[in-house]
Amino acid sequence: MADSIRLRVSRYRPDTDPEPHWQEYDVPLRKEWTVLDGLNHVKNEVDTTLSFRWSCRMGICGSCGMNVDGEPRLTCATFLSDHAPGPVTVEPLANFPVVRDLVVDLSDFMAKLPRVKPWIIHPDDHRTVEPDVEYLQTPEQLDAYKQFSMCINCMLCYAACPVYGLDPEFIGPAAIALAERYDLDSRDRGERERLDVLVEHDGVYGCTFVGECTRVCPKHVDPAAAIQRYKLKAAMETVKAFLLPRGAR
Amino acid sequence: MSDGVIRAAHDVLIVGGGGAGLRAAIAIAEVDPRLDVAVVSKVYPMRSHTVSAEGGAAGVIAADDSLDEHCYDTVSGSDWLGDQDAVEAFVREAPEELLRLEHWGCPWSRRPDGRVAVRAFGGMKKKRTWFAADKTGFHMLHTLFQTSLKHGEVTRYDEEFVTRLLVDDGRVHGVVAIGLLTGRIQALTAKAVVLGTGGCGKVFPFTTNANINTGDGMALAYRAGAPLKDMEFVQYHPTGLPFTGILITEAARAEGGWLINKDGYRYLQDYDLGRPTPTPELRSMELGPRDRLSQAFVHEVEKGRTVDSPYGPIVHLDLRHLGAKLIDTKLPFVRELCLKYERIDPVHELIPVRPVVHYMMGGVSTDIDGATPLAGLYAAGETACVSINGANRLGSNSLPECLVFGARAGRAAAEYASAAGRTPAVVEAQAGDEVRRLEQDLLGRGPGGESIAALRDQMQAAMEEAAGIFRTGPTMAKGADTLAELQERVGNVGLADTSRSFNTELLAALELANMLDISECILQSGLQREESRGAHQRTDFPARDDERFLTHLLVHRESDGTARVDRSPVTITRWPPGERVYGR
Amino acid sequence: MTRSGGATTPSRGTPTPSGGTPTGLRLYRPRVSTWWWTRKRSYLVFVMRELSSVFVAWFVVYLLFLVHAVGRGEAAYLRFLDWAASPWVTLLNVVALAFVLLHAVTWFALTPQAMAVRVAGRTVPPVHIIAGQYTGLVVVSGFVLWLVTR
Repeated sequence: MADSIRLRVSRYRPDTDPEPHWQEYDVPLRKEWTVLDGLNHVKNEVDTTLSFRWSCRMGICGSCGMNVDGEPRLTCATFLSDHAPGPVTVEPLANFPVVRDLVVDLSDFMAKLPRVKPWIIHPDDHRTVEPDVEYLQTPEQLDAYKQFSMCINCMLCYAACPVYGLDPEFIGPAAIALAERYDLDSRDRGERERLDVLVEHDGVYGCTFVGECTRVCPKHVDPAAAIQRYKLKAAMETVKAFLLPRGAR
Repeated sequence: MSDGVIRAAHDVLIVGGGGAGLRAAIAIAEVDPRLDVAVVSKVYPMRSHTVSAEGGAAGVIAADDSLDEHCYDTVSGSDWLGDQDAVEAFVREAPEELLRLEHWGCPWSRRPDGRVAVRAFGGMKKKRTWFAADKTGFHMLHTLFQTSLKHGEVTRYDEEFVTRLLVDDGRVHGVVAIGLLTGRIQALTAKAVVLGTGGCGKVFPFTTNANINTGDGMALAYRAGAPLKDMEFVQYHPTGLPFTGILITEAARAEGGWLINKDGYRYLQDYDLGRPTPTPELRSMELGPRDRLSQAFVHEVEKGRTVDSPYGPIVHLDLRHLGAKLIDTKLPFVRELCLKYERIDPVHELIPVRPVVHYMMGGVSTDIDGATPLAGLYAAGETACVSINGANRLGSNSLPECLVFGARAGRAAAEYASAAGRTPAVVEAQAGDEVRRLEQDLLGRGPGGESIAALRDQMQAAMEEAAGIFRTGPTMAKGADTLAELQERVGNVGLADTSRSFNTELLAALELANMLDISECILQSGLQREESRGAHQRTDFPARDDERFLTHLLVHRESDGTARVDRSPVTITRWPPGERVYGR
Repeated sequence: MTRSGGATTPSRGTPTPSGGTPTGLRLYRPRVSTWWWTRKRSYLVFVMRELSSVFVAWFVVYLLFLVHAVGRGEAAYLRFLDWAASPWVTLLNVVALAFVLLHAVTWFALTPQAMAVRVAGRTVPPVHIIAGQYTGLVVVSGFVLWLVTR
């Protein structure tokens, strides 16, 4: 194994740069080093002006998503040795506006998230429930939504989704997966409210089932599945509305 | 949004969007929806370090358990330095808080009958640790964050870094913050401020803590005149992965994992922690407290019974006998982390581990309602020191601590803010000073000068040398000298990055300044405590000394910037100091 | 080694100033290239699958022609057969068949994602669902074959 590898990093400083350009850095190639370790080496030893987000470096905080060799990845879990001999291109996550260097603007997602009401909707507010009472939930009931509760909001699915790239209005994979997570929770009664949001024009029907969101998801959430199930649910509702009198729905 | 020095005014401002901060925000929104609440955090709330907590959250719920037993475990675990009134309140309210999270949708692991399941944990005599597989902190944080979205009236300032508390006449009136995206530096005024910024593991080189854990809240409070308490107590978690420092949860041992040395021997039996049994015994062997397990590791190194690795001596955590099924249901994240970051499969292979800095028992001194001695300033979570953890925290007590004291601090701050008067005009001038300091002294500085990374490395090396698992007076004094030198040099750091937008170099410089202040507090407290208690082990004073040191040490910042250490009594209600007994 | 999707230049786009102040955000919004779907095999397969719907529609039209011809008597039916045997219609149908097969195969592969089938509280593994569909296809095809050749 060579002892160094080249990083080709996309740089953009809004104060001075009209558009992004490449900058190359050679970093040590060690078997336990990730792309994030390489970037930190640059930041600490070579070029202190490089900006990127990172925090937990254990794949759970969701901060360090970037496009590595064109693929959305968590850089803390992407090993340099898997990209040897390089060069390794590192770009900000695709489909998002770039704030600076490898930092993208997430405000669109943060605004979309509350729209799908990702919280328990239940006629009994928790304050009216006795404090020593828990809702029973069997391991099977937990299992029904567990997968969709694993989303770390890392935004890799948005970066992989061509629909979101072409139409930023699309509410997107992670938000829909979270809606499905609460719908499938045995403690929740909010299915109807969320469906009303998700059948709007920027909701589930925007998805054309590319399936890339599921492929890039580092936590195996499978947002594509959540979206298709929502379509099925919406279709059933439409059929019901067509066939049944109001009261029977 | 205003372009003046003062950007907005709120009733309560919460600094930090992790477990404690979000719980405080929701508490205020529920107590008094008319209050104007805002959360300012240097990262998006779901990036906060609560997300990394793995094993679980303690709360008495099992039929065979009792509040008194949880109190006793916590008090003895704290080596009798925890305040027992606070411990009693904590233990009483922890189950209520955990149930509240259940109502908010937290995916707690369940028993077949649908009730919440509990698991064993280190230093606990009963099974009382609630868990969501081994991603408990992740699920708690996302549940809190998503529930907070329901309260649209809570304003959020995401990715804004607080540089200073605004204080006039002994009362806190708000903060100055840098918006990272825009680089805009402005004041946010508030009648009360709650700090929930987490710990400061980054003052050490090898830590489970995230990059963001730079003790910002502690430093803000300390500089504003609020004292820090119990700062000498730094928890080493016995099982971190070498190189990365990634935590392998205590739950791995609670589910039956063994710690073995290079001879395959369960070495903990040599350190008064009980006899090995095939299945885990509570408060025994691998389920002893973290301080004792980390100390045993150092003794094994001295005996030459550890394994050499490129990243120093290690021992092994053996989960192989647990089988794939149990590991996949109870410890899936452990397997994921080992596979991804060590490229080993714990179902078939040994996990290399070594002790790693994990948690600060100390923090901003607060009372039982999260109030600091500085009027209008509150703190909760790892930033704060109530103290329930004393000289050593028990695993799975910190997550419920964030909830119990986050809620308490929120309610107390709401009450204070409702009664507080107007923000005085002098605050605007103070904010203007701070903006000038940042814009001219720091941003206008240019390249050259000291390197932030180099100073940070030197600080971390000095702290590891001086404030490790075992300490002595001379090594701590030497460390303090190094820190004093670094304090001089940090004034000359160069800033090559003059950009306003997402200037992480500026951020790193400010974080370094925070960490240096905290490092100094850790060593000054450590020098004063001439005994060994819990996580503070001095080879020159190897015994616990209740006569002289059954007391908290408080570090105050003098006007000349030096640290002054004084004392405050430990509250003892029902559990007089005794011997800490494990495995017998 | 080769990798798909490695960009050769940073994506083109435009910076969008918001306010003239030095602290105002000036975000760079990358433009999606018209040829985005050629960048990755998975995108290409997706676009081909979308395109396949045109050929599915063609087969429907073809069937309608057939029914129409049959309805107008034997002469019309023979004319239809002549037309259907012409080289360009044959070629079109071969291509259409390929796309319809692609359509079926890709949709069969996606079905487990769209439908979570739970039996006795346990999720049915995806391979079983896919196998079920192919079994269904074989049964139906067999029935049609029997109907035509009996």
